[in-house]
Amino acid sequence: MPLLELRNLKKYYSGHKAVDDISFEVSGENIYGLLGPNGAGKTTLLRMITGIILPDEGDILFQGKPFDPMNQIMKIGYMPEERGLYKKMKIGEQALYLSMLRGMTKKEAVKQIKYWFEKFEMQSWWNKKVDDLSKGMGQKLQFVITVLHQPRLLILDEPFSGLDPVNSNLIKQEIFNLSKQGTTIIFSTHRMEQVEEICNKIILVNRGKKILDGDLTKIKEDFKENIFKIGFSSTPDYFEPQSFDIIEKKDLESLIRINKGYHPSDVLREYLDHGASIHLFNEILPSLNEIFIKQVNEIQSTPAFSEPN
Amino acid sequence: MKSKIWLIIKREYFTRVRNRTFILSTILLPLFILLFVFGTAYLTSKSQGEKQKIAVNDQSGLFKSSFRDKANIEYDFTTEVNENNFAQKGYTAFLFIPENHSSSGDSIKLVSAKQINIATQDDVKDGIDEAIRNKVFLENHIDKKLLDSINKVKPEQLYRFSAVVNKGNKTEHSNPLLSYGIGFGSGFLIYFVLIIYGASVMRGVMEEKTNRIAEVIISSVRPFQLMAGKIIGIAAVGLTQLFMWFILVIILLAAGTFFLSHGLAANTDSLQAALASQQGSSLPSEFLSAKSTFLSANWLLIIPCFIFYFLAGYLFYASLFAAAGSIVNEDPQDAQALTIPITMPIILSFVLMTAVISNPDSTLAVWGSIIPFSSPIVMMARIPSGNVLPWELILSIVLLVGGFTFTTYIAAKIYRTGILLYGKKVTLKEIGKWLFRKS
Repeated sequence: MPLLELRNLKKYYSGHKAVDDISFEVSGENIYGLLGPNGAGKTTLLRMITGIILPDEGDILFQGKPFDPMNQIMKIGYMPEERGLYKKMKIGEQALYLSMLRGMTKKEAVKQIKYWFEKFEMQSWWNKKVDDLSKGMGQKLQFVITVLHQPRLLILDEPFSGLDPVNSNLIKQEIFNLSKQGTTIIFSTHRMEQVEEICNKIILVNRGKKILDGDLTKIKEDFKENIFKIGFSSTPDYFEPQSFDIIEKKDLESLIRINKGYHPSDVLREYLDHGASIHLFNEILPSLNEIFIKQVNEIQSTPAFSEPN
Repeated sequence: MKSKIWLIIKREYFTRVRNRTFILSTILLPLFILLFVFGTAYLTSKSQGEKQKIAVNDQSGLFKSSFRDKANIEYDFTTEVNENNFAQKGYTAFLFIPENHSSSGDSIKLVSAKQINIATQDDVKDGIDEAIRNKVFLENHIDKKLLDSINKVKPEQLYRFSAVVNKGNKTEHSNPLLSYGIGFGSGFLIYFVLIIYGASVMRGVMEEKTNRIAEVIISSVRPFQLMAGKIIGIAAVGLTQLFMWFILVIILLAAGTFFLSHGLAANTDSLQAALASQQGSSLPSEFLSAKSTFLSANWLLIIPCFIFYFLAGYLFYASLFAAAGSIVNEDPQDAQALTIPITMPIILSFVLMTAVISNPDSTLAVWGSIIPFSSPIVMMARIPSGNVLPWELILSIVLLVGGFTFTTYIAAKIYRTGILLYGKKVTLKEIGKWLFRKS
């Protein structure tokens, strides 16, 4: 049973389709990257998942039952992009207040806050105000507040914006830890390289529609174009290749695309037959960015998906 | 669910009450008002302006006895001064009284180098009036001795006056000045609360929106709870402040009574002297009689009504302020534009109150105290007069309760959508749509 299942979700804002028939499910110890350009409908989607707004159509199932935000919000942790804290309130009180609003008892909340503050070396912050913190420190605090109540589903909206590499790494490690402990994580961003680093599953959205989802490595496999990078110790002699085309040629390096019906070994054999000395040979998988752009263009050129108007 | 709104109320209350500005404003505002009242009294007594020296050329010879020197005004009867050289001779003004000064004759002329102040001009006119009146009396064969003795008599020696309000079987002393004072005071206080606390609600909502904390919170509580929690929390802050002022007034009254009745105030300091000389009586007795007049007001009606109009008026406007705060988009100018339509009726009510307070039974006053937009302020100006009819009060209360229920309902609908909407200017048309949309 998936932890969260979205079925044909739709949300329209005065004629504009913010989310237009999106379905997917998330489960297990996975980190999902919810990807899309600004205005793709990510925030609307997340707000429906966190119960802030209700979908116009479609169902959200949480642990197999219709999602009841007021009672199940305890199991979800949501960190909005930047800020999301009272500037003039003391940090300790703020953490306590927000966890109690989610339904934790005071005792439980204090215990968890102490545990996390210690873990992130924030003990001295208790009586400070958010105003006194740097942007990165604020982001760290926000992360802690999001995970305090040990949610089953953790939703992070651009968690790394404004963080320096050290703190970025700290939070990245924590995301991996939580995932290992069984927390399902949805991580929303428009920065593809972060997704490649952290996520193992992706969901691509654009203009309110889901354009692709699945396993990150599998998607890359599916979209690969048989492009390899080959490096030489000395410049090889020129020859007319049979099994591949050269896409880009530098002095000691070439990018090649293998032709249909041939294998990488055919390429190597051909080079070796021509006396080349090879010291590097690896496959170039497409970046998420490339996949995304390719996918978006494909959909836009298909008449069935063009904007109705 | 209940405990969540309670958490919100507690947070709103304690973050504000513990704030330095709250403590300062609670203590400083009454002090500031006292300082203002005594300060103006002191300053007006001290600075009657510079001494006025007026040269009088009286060609009729009738006026000399009617112009008496005052603390700040000196009259000098001379024929050597004219309207061209009075300044050179050290006079501030020159008064010329021609021999034939009847209304068909030549004009009496007061010439000065600078604009002359009102008090001086009034004093000159009083002197002229007196002299002319005496002249008329004498012309009509009234004995000069008799006239002088009549002029010396004060009203208190001639008659006694008391104003009483007759309400069926019981009579009360009428005290329009006290009613005016209490009415103006409570009306002003409510006006102040609506503006200050309304703005505070709006700022709170804007903060939650621009900080995006609303997003975090609204996933665990309903938007209405967040809005209502804030409004109620701030109302509690207002009541606390009011209560502290109440205590402060009681302490001041008690302290005043104690010190003055023990004669400690006998050693006059400059402030008391100034007040006494201005009012022509001693401060302690003034204070004590003022206190008993003050306590004679119908506090049993005024206090409950005040608390009701204070809270209901606040609830009426606070939800509107909350709705306005929820549609602001990080642009302070937006906020200003949105506040104006809400503060406008409040300011108008205040203006209306000042207009009707001395005439609390006029049609304008009655309707102003019944219509919910202005009733919190205008009704409080009328209640101390004791002239509010029961049906007027009941209608006003019912309409105001209905009014704030309605504004809260409308505001909740706007707030619910507005608080989560970013980066987009909201048009009136859209707000209209939100109002009619079902949840």
